[in-house]
Amino acid sequence: MPDGALAAPASGAGPTARRPWRPPLDWVGVAPFLVVAVLFLILPTLHIVQAAFRDGSGSFTLDNLWGLNEPSIRQAYWTSIQVSFLSALIGCAAGFALAAALVLGGLPRWVRAPMMTFSGVASNFAGVPLAFAFIASVGPAGLFTLLLRNEFGINLRAHGWNLFSTWGLILTYLYFQIPLMILIITPALEGLRREWREAAASLGATGLQYWRMVAVPILLPSILGTLCLLFANAFGAVATAMALAGPTFNIAPILLFSQIRGDVLGNPGLGYALALGMIVITGVANALYIVLRARSERWLR
Amino acid sequence: MTRPAAWVALVLGLLYFVIPLWGMAEFSLRMRRGVYSLDAYGSVLANPEFQRTFGFSVLMAVVTILVGVLLVVPTAYWVRLRMPRLRPVVEFITLLPLVIPAIVIAFGYIRLYNTGSWLPLTGTAGGANVLLLMGYTMLALPYMYRAVDTGLASVDVRTLTEASQSLGAGWGTILGRVILPNVVVAVLSGAFLTFAIVIGEFTFAALLDRPAFGPFMQRVGEDSAYEPSALAVIAFAITWACMGLIGLVTRTQKHTRAGA
Repeated sequence: MPDGALAAPASGAGPTARRPWRPPLDWVGVAPFLVVAVLFLILPTLHIVQAAFRDGSGSFTLDNLWGLNEPSIRQAYWTSIQVSFLSALIGCAAGFALAAALVLGGLPRWVRAPMMTFSGVASNFAGVPLAFAFIASVGPAGLFTLLLRNEFGINLRAHGWNLFSTWGLILTYLYFQIPLMILIITPALEGLRREWREAAASLGATGLQYWRMVAVPILLPSILGTLCLLFANAFGAVATAMALAGPTFNIAPILLFSQIRGDVLGNPGLGYALALGMIVITGVANALYIVLRARSERWLR
Repeated sequence: MTRPAAWVALVLGLLYFVIPLWGMAEFSLRMRRGVYSLDAYGSVLANPEFQRTFGFSVLMAVVTILVGVLLVVPTAYWVRLRMPRLRPVVEFITLLPLVIPAIVIAFGYIRLYNTGSWLPLTGTAGGANVLLLMGYTMLALPYMYRAVDTGLASVDVRTLTEASQSLGAGWGTILGRVILPNVVVAVLSGAFLTFAIVIGEFTFAALLDRPAFGPFMQRVGEDSAYEPSALAVIAFAITWACMGLIGLVTRTQKHTRAGA
């Protein structure tokens, strides 16, 4: 994979990068794609990465990266990591429970197709409208909030509930995290062969032992891989948080948004470093996802 | 998992998924005091800014789909046919937009193509539209490429190409009249998903300062009460329609395959 990343800019940089033993016509076919990818994906990203290591006069420095170790920026990253990790963890657990209920729980067959369709819709229902839906239902004047207060005498606010907080953001993100988990893990659960269970049973395994020693080890790479994917998915999200809690909510993507718009950190270099930090975090999460997915495909196909 | 536990999980899941939808739907009908009405929808639809931004985003989505198809279909085809060694590189590139947060790519555009640079795209509305278009093409790339590549896997690209060539077809004819019709279901699936992603996209549009639907919705959310819910219902309906269309075209394909 890393070789690919290095080879790509070189091959798209121009006709000079042609391999001598290949007829040039072959490269013409992929040239438009490579040129577009280099201009609008790779170069912009590399520009941010290299700028993170430069000071105002353009010479090399690590000050920008050290600058991230400032309480407010550290707090922004930490809140982002918490929101992403918890929403990924809960999303995985709830999505797994729902998928298991659909596949293994003896629910009527006809439930599955609508649930999968809905998951497809909900996993793409993100951004600004999703925030609106949550404000209208569990916000301070939301219908569910008012219903609980007026009909059941439960005041969510008095119990510490606030939609415009870390937990509010987590609850909202779960709306696309859970369906994504369902979409990914359902095929994996369907791939658990009946024979494995029968083989385990005929060797005297209990249901619990089957899960602990056969099913979970097979599913674990899928589950952990999806956890990483969901983490990265939440970490880069801007719009939902923006529409929900506003531009002052201190998480990394919103801080970067404000920095791009108006240099709120008072140091352009710090903005690049902030972006670099985000690339590193989502990059690691995605790399883990790719590795784990390759492992899970060994048993489940 | 036991049956009662499965039912508990399903009911809890349904409650979680239905409450926000029910909340936004009912809230959107409450603009007139005491009775349900469609006033919030009327107010949104009559807003000239809604019409302008929605039209802009629809146009953007359509152009993104066209550019995406023109970029992805020939590339995926060519890599399968002639350059299998390049496949890991191309696949890696198509996955990058999932790895690099959109906000970072947009940041890169703003800094790399600013008014003082070699390609000052952010300086003019047309240039900024081009950047937005390319940003959206990149966002759609992972889905579009995977859909088309999977579609190509199910047809014999080499035989089709050789057969067309022996009948005298040029590359344009092969791509447009032989390959594309064979992957049209995959292309349509990718297209509808792209539409769903682009229509309400916020980050790129806001940072590039384009008059798109996403930033418009966000502004409405800041200064009105019932209209945001109406917008959320509209956005949800669009997402649902796109996913429904994907299901529809995929089913049609299975049907014709089974019949053939």
